[in-house]
Amino acid sequence: MNDVLICLFSSAGFDKAAQGLAGAGRRLADELGGQLRAVILGSEAESLALEIARVSDAVTVADQAELAEYQPETCLNALVELCGEALEARAVLLANDTYSQEIAPRLAYRLGGSAVGDGVEVSARGEHLRVSRQVYGGKAQAVIELKRRPAVVWLRARSFAPPAHRETPGAITRAALDIKPDERTRIVERKRETGGEARLEEARVIVSGGRGIGGPEPFETELKPLAELLGAQMAASRAACDAGWVPPTWQIGQTGKKVTPDLYLAIAITGASQHMAGISEAKTIAAINTDPDAPIFKHSRFGIVADYRQVVPLLREKLAALQK
Amino acid sequence: MNILVCLKQILDPEIPARDFRIDAAKRLAEQGSANLVTNIFCENALETALQFRERIGGAKITVLSYGQPSAEDSLRKALAMKADQAALVTNDGNNNPDSLTNARVLAAAIRKLGTFDLVMTGREAGDWGAGQTGALIAEELGLPCVSFVDTIESVNGKLRLKRQTDTGWEVLEAVPPVVVTITNDEHNVPRIPKVRDVMMSYRQPLTKWTLEDLGIDVSEARAGNTYYEVAELFIPQKETACEFVTGDTLDEKVEAFARRIVEVTGAM
Ligand SMILES: Cc1cc2nc3c(=O)[nH]c(=O)nc-3n(C[C@H](O)[C@H](O)[C@H](O)COP(=O)(O)OP(=O)(O)OC[C@H]3O[C@@H](n4cnc5c(N)ncnc54)[C@H](O)[C@@H]3O)c2cc1C
Ligand SMILES: Nc1ncnc2c1ncn2[C@@H]1O[C@H](COP(=O)(O)O)[C@@H](O)[C@H]1O
Repeated sequence: MNDVLICLFSSAGFDKAAQGLAGAGRRLADELGGQLRAVILGSEAESLALEIARVSDAVTVADQAELAEYQPETCLNALVELCGEALEARAVLLANDTYSQEIAPRLAYRLGGSAVGDGVEVSARGEHLRVSRQVYGGKAQAVIELKRRPAVVWLRARSFAPPAHRETPGAITRAALDIKPDERTRIVERKRETGGEARLEEARVIVSGGRGIGGPEPFETELKPLAELLGAQMAASRAACDAGWVPPTWQIGQTGKKVTPDLYLAIAITGASQHMAGISEAKTIAAINTDPDAPIFKHSRFGIVADYRQVVPLLREKLAALQK
Repeated sequence: MNILVCLKQILDPEIPARDFRIDAAKRLAEQGSANLVTNIFCENALETALQFRERIGGAKITVLSYGQPSAEDSLRKALAMKADQAALVTNDGNNNPDSLTNARVLAAAIRKLGTFDLVMTGREAGDWGAGQTGALIAEELGLPCVSFVDTIESVNGKLRLKRQTDTGWEVLEAVPPVVVTITNDEHNVPRIPKVRDVMMSYRQPLTKWTLEDLGIDVSEARAGNTYYEVAELFIPQKETACEFVTGDTLDEKVEAFARRIVEVTGAM
């Protein structure tokens, strides 16, 4: 069988990641000549199921009370059962959110398959699936061949184009699962760092600060007003997050968020390969840095070599004037 | 409380891109002038373990690595940071084994070392960034797994694990034994060992095993490619020509910069 299965959590809705995941799944299923099937875990899955049904052949919803909110072991067991029924699937694709990354390798293990993560391209090569991904902190690119079936891949989902709607939507069914909650681990507290704000991953403009910002205050007094002017979300390098100046959820890069804005404004960020790994899909990168040799300029469409403390206040003035 | 921390020695990931070379035929990076270092997330894991031991007032920390003989240096450094004991499984096969091979070897060594309440790995290795070894060790050992943890506490015989998510953080309660993968935060920046402790560490015992000692399928482990294989490795060329804004004064430059921004955002 050459079917492709995509696994989604209902909580994020039909966001850019879900769309990219469905797009990647659709194209791979077409390439393999198989069906695209979807599994959705979590409560209030109806609207997502409807959206996914429009682009896939079949949707299974698992919204049992025990799965309403993600719990690692219980959700993994449920997914194993759900994917197990479709054991013949050639590939199981997930997005690169926290939960998907956490369980994908274990899902592969239990299905007797192989996993690889952070994929930016998936294609079939004879018997095997091949996945492109960055390695060595973004300095190199590798093509990984998965030797077992199914191939379980978590993708940089937002980098993939969404699929086209199909004439007849796929059927939606509710999974019949016998779920025994696994109490060895249990999430007892959940905290969202970013109130009701739009998600960084969905932002079209991002203002990002690095270690050169020098402390938490300028993020508040200099960068935030600039971001507000531009209708931008704020982000940071790992150095700024590690220093505790801004929350870890702001981190962009290999081990932070992978973002796809139209404009990424990097302020006092060197542009280490691990940072660039998070913005390889940004349309335009612009930089403010005192060092003309900073690697960030090698990736920037335009830049200014100067102290941000002088540039940013002026820039706000100029932007405000231009926007009038 | 028995704690095991897995440490991987890697090529220094912070060498600048311009000094980075690969051997495309071997599908590996060339070492060149780069140092070998302990993967940062492994050091974050060890630091988290050390702080946990300090908080609960006693625990035994064992560090384990699978790698070239040079990985002994990573283990010695961990002893200098005050891990209690160390073990090295020498890899005389595929120098970049797939994640399942890694996990099988490490899990076999963990079983041979004893029983542990807490098995810790980094969230991912800074070289190949697979991000699966911890999860697969959990499967090999039949244990639950929690990823992206940055703080561990003990409350009424349970572990309280704080972990980072895309949108914020979560707290999990876990009944040991459990596997956790560790990420960095401001609190687990690895301590720098004292010079004296580094010197002392070379006099401490260190267990060394070969693959044969572990009772696993040795030829499969040496091949290290039944789960996945690297088919291609290359350095993508993607430099952009940067336009440095011009002007006689800073004011003019910033004006030009602002206009460029509006061009991009205005076209949205
Ligand atoms: C395994 C691994 C994973 C990693 N993952 C990530 C990741 O996900 N994200 C990430 O960001 N990093 C990551 N890193 C770290 C990365 O290698 C760099 O160390 C980090 O990105 C550097 O942050 P920075 O550019 O803010 O700081 P620095 O390298 O200290 O650079 C500061 C910059 O600010 C400039 N500057 C200073 N003062 C001013 C001023 N007044 N005005 C204008 N410019 C000024 C300087 O010229 C310099 O270019 C990772 C590293 C490893 C090993
Ligand atoms: N060869 C190894 N020896 C010891 N630990 C390892 C090894 N490979 C991976 N690990 C552990 O698994 C983590 C994640 O690595 P990876 O899955 O390869 O990205 C690392 O941070 C280590 O803690």
